[in-house]
Amino acid sequence: MHELIVIGGGPAGLAAAYGAWRDGLRKILIIERDKELGGILNQCIHTGFGLEYFKEELTGPEYAGRFIKLLQTTQIETALDTMALKITRSREVHASGKQFGYAVLPAKSVILAMGCRERALGSLGIPGTRPAGIFTAGTAQRYINIEGFMPGKRVVILGSGDVGLIMARRMTLEGAEVLACVEIMPKPGGLLRNVVQCLHDFNIPLYLSHTITEIRGSKRVEQAVVSKVDEKRQAVKGTGFAVDCDTILLSAGLIPEIELPTAAGIKIDPKNIETSAPGVFICGNALRVHDIVDNVTTEALRAGSAAAAFVLSEKIHD
Amino acid sequence: MVDVVIIGCGIVGAAAAYELSRYKLNITVLERENDVAMGSTKANSAVIHAGYDPEPGSLMARLNAEGARLADELCDKLDIPHKHCGALVLAFSKREELLLERLLQNGIKNGVPDLRILPRELVLEMEPNLSGEVAAALHVPSTMVVDPWEYTLALAETAVRNGAEIRLECPAEGITRIPGGYRIHTGKGDVEARTVINAAGLYADKIHNMVSEPAFTIMPVKGEYYLLDKNEGARISQVIFQCPTEEGKGVLVAPTVHGNLIAGPNYVPSKDCGDFATTAGGLAFVMKTARKSVPEINFDANIRNFAGNRAISDYNDFIISEAKGAKGFIDLAGIKSPGLSAAPAIAKMAAGLLTAAGLHLTLKDNFVDKRKRIRFLELTPDERKALVAADPAYGQVICRCETVTEGEIRDALQSPVPPRSIDGVKRRRGAGMGRCQGGFCGPRVLELLAAHYKRHFTEVLQDGAGSHVLVSETKRNPLCMN
Ligand SMILES: Cc1cc2nc3c(=O)[nH]c(=O)nc-3n(C[C@H](O)[C@H](O)[C@H](O)COP(=O)(O)OP(=O)(O)OC[C@H]3O[C@@H](n4cnc5c(N)ncnc54)[C@H](O)[C@@H]3O)c2cc1C
Ligand SMILES: Cc1cc2nc3c(=O)[nH]c(=O)nc-3n(C[C@H](O)[C@H](O)[C@H](O)COP(=O)(O)OP(=O)(O)OC[C@H]3O[C@@H](n4cnc5c(N)ncnc54)[C@H](O)[C@@H]3O)c2cc1C
Repeated sequence: MHELIVIGGGPAGLAAAYGAWRDGLRKILIIERDKELGGILNQCIHTGFGLEYFKEELTGPEYAGRFIKLLQTTQIETALDTMALKITRSREVHASGKQFGYAVLPAKSVILAMGCRERALGSLGIPGTRPAGIFTAGTAQRYINIEGFMPGKRVVILGSGDVGLIMARRMTLEGAEVLACVEIMPKPGGLLRNVVQCLHDFNIPLYLSHTITEIRGSKRVEQAVVSKVDEKRQAVKGTGFAVDCDTILLSAGLIPEIELPTAAGIKIDPKNIETSAPGVFICGNALRVHDIVDNVTTEALRAGSAAAAFVLSEKIHD
Repeated sequence: MVDVVIIGCGIVGAAAAYELSRYKLNITVLERENDVAMGSTKANSAVIHAGYDPEPGSLMARLNAEGARLADELCDKLDIPHKHCGALVLAFSKREELLLERLLQNGIKNGVPDLRILPRELVLEMEPNLSGEVAAALHVPSTMVVDPWEYTLALAETAVRNGAEIRLECPAEGITRIPGGYRIHTGKGDVEARTVINAAGLYADKIHNMVSEPAFTIMPVKGEYYLLDKNEGARISQVIFQCPTEEGKGVLVAPTVHGNLIAGPNYVPSKDCGDFATTAGGLAFVMKTARKSVPEINFDANIRNFAGNRAISDYNDFIISEAKGAKGFIDLAGIKSPGLSAAPAIAKMAAGLLTAAGLHLTLKDNFVDKRKRIRFLELTPDERKALVAADPAYGQVICRCETVTEGEIRDALQSPVPPRSIDGVKRRRGAGMGRCQGGFCGPRVLELLAAHYKRHFTEVLQDGAGSHVLVSETKRNPLCMN
């Protein structure tokens, strides 16, 4: 039986596993559904990672690389291309993938490090047509940075979260025209440095207190109608203007990926790495959305230590 | 020359193809879109109505009741997702309570089983999340919900297994009479047929007018919906209707077969048959009206809005008849609600009309009347272990929200009516239907489609023709180009 199973091999999972190893656990398994470790960092090829933790400005893959190297000095096991489909309160992990087919793996402790997902179009309730050409910013980032394909040429970005801002710059550098970044709130959602470096430096207009009120186009997006909103975030009639575009990127919020614990009836308090199930811990963007990866790392090391302390104290009791 | 050409592969065309494929006939189905079920059949309430509201004696009344019985059998035989959930029709006033009484009598005349009017207390006991304002309700235990896409697909696949041919992206553009039948001009060459079934849905009047005097017109009337996350799915366990008006059955709140909650539709004339856009006003109306039945619905859990067009004709009933002066040309037109429910009965009636027109229907001995597919999500851990051990492709999860595996998508690609687009995969397998709406599995499904059809990534479609996902490769370093 494993002493610790970590679900998710992003920065949180990597640091959590390392933290547990450092504190004395030896049978540790990381389950990652992607082909490689590193999580969302693999597609973040811009710099800005590690300023606090490593006191250096690294790219996402470089930051992840440091931890992957560190793990190579340990005997922590990893199962790639493997998805955790279910967990139980008694710390069984159902996983499916190349390495061991479908398996039910018991563990003395579990750390949840599944990251977060992006808010999709539906929850925004924008009326109009439903053509191709609407992507979350992270999906577009994956297409460009990992797969090497452009999802569009004339882009409107809805929301000013960091992923959207980074993508405004990225798409511009790749030859697309970013026509507008539209934010419903009176101030930008992302970090100020990203607003400056990704919008201002490229003369991309940021429309604060605005939103997209209609999507037009039958096959591929043809227009986005942008309108001003009032204090109650309701569109102001008569302020709408149509922007000709073929692509809409959504950067309207990130949601912790906690379907696994929720389905098992495990409760999560966003301020606490402990869950309602003994021996089950949670960290990184799965716990709450972090702006900066360095904070994810620190929190995950703590989660690793907590799991180690849990397992080692159980051992003493045995 | 084939025996029958069916124009349109919505639920009605697919049901006709399935029904006729029992017989020794050559059948060709022409569908102008790149998939089946792309018209009204793709966007509706997905309810197999029990049949309490059509006017007794009408075609709609007879075919609804019969169709619903047949649908139940078909779901079992052909592995179509469905739920025997039952329905409640709510009354909020004395006047509406009288209406319930009328619906009850109507239903009894139409042969709908087990109808009862329930007092407020019993209604709220059954469905505690209904509005306290409810006065009484008609309970309709035989109402079902289905997956309309898979229903259509199952019929179409079975027809193909039994020898029918389905030509996608093949619009009928004109029809000329030839000795002993018709020549149908399509975007991709001509097809000659002894008989023709017009199941073109919103365009059935245009097809009719190709061979006969104009006899009816179809007016598209839009209905808009919310589809909510599975965490809203348990608010109610039955289909919740309000009292019907001239504008149909009104806004309902219903569980879907996949465990989501659906709310809609409104009733607003469309600009044209191709207008499927949702509107701010329409969605606001649906939200407000749905809350009258179920006040606590959390619309923030919306995962998708959509709209469908009803094929409303200038007749008060379905139009199921041979076109005037056109022997062997059968209209199945004006198939508004309850068309999804009535479809298999409509198909049987169409077969009867073809016989009357002189086509000989002889049963095949080897008709294959079953279909079964693997749904990883529904298997037990032990079944999953065995399946993945035998074929590792079933162990590779592609869609995280709905737990759809590579093996299941591969099976779809090798099926009799394979998907040609990302949404085609979604309709068949549910990948991309969940709360992240394909953000995660979209790129993976795209890759599988590109590999299967040996296409470049940029050629892969989201849905219909022209709906490309990717526009080009990113800039390349010229030094690396080979
Ligand atoms: C576009 C973008 C730009 C950013 N820019 C910066 C920046 O400039 N500077 C900075 O410091 N921070 C930045 N961040 C933030 C930082 O990258 C994140 O906070 C950090 O990656 C979160 O780490 P995580 O491990 O919690 O989640 P993730 O990196 O998302 O990792 C989660 C992992 O879990 C896996 N997983 C999920 N569910 C399962 C399952 N059921 N089974 C198996 N595996 C599963 C996923 O595949 C993934 O690999 C940025 C983030 C984004 C998205
Ligand atoms: C909002 C709404 C809610 C509804 N709710 C319900 C319900 O809950 N229960 C119920 O029983 N019914 C319901 N209905 C009715 C039901 O959806 C329809 O009756 C049914 O789908 C009609 O099927 P069809 O095959 O006739 O039409 P369609 O599904 O429209 O199929 C027609 C097909 O013909 C094709 N076609 C058109 N022209 C050509 C051409 N020239 N060449 C080749 N192909 C062509 C189209 O592409 C299309 O695929 C609802 C309808 C709507 C709009």
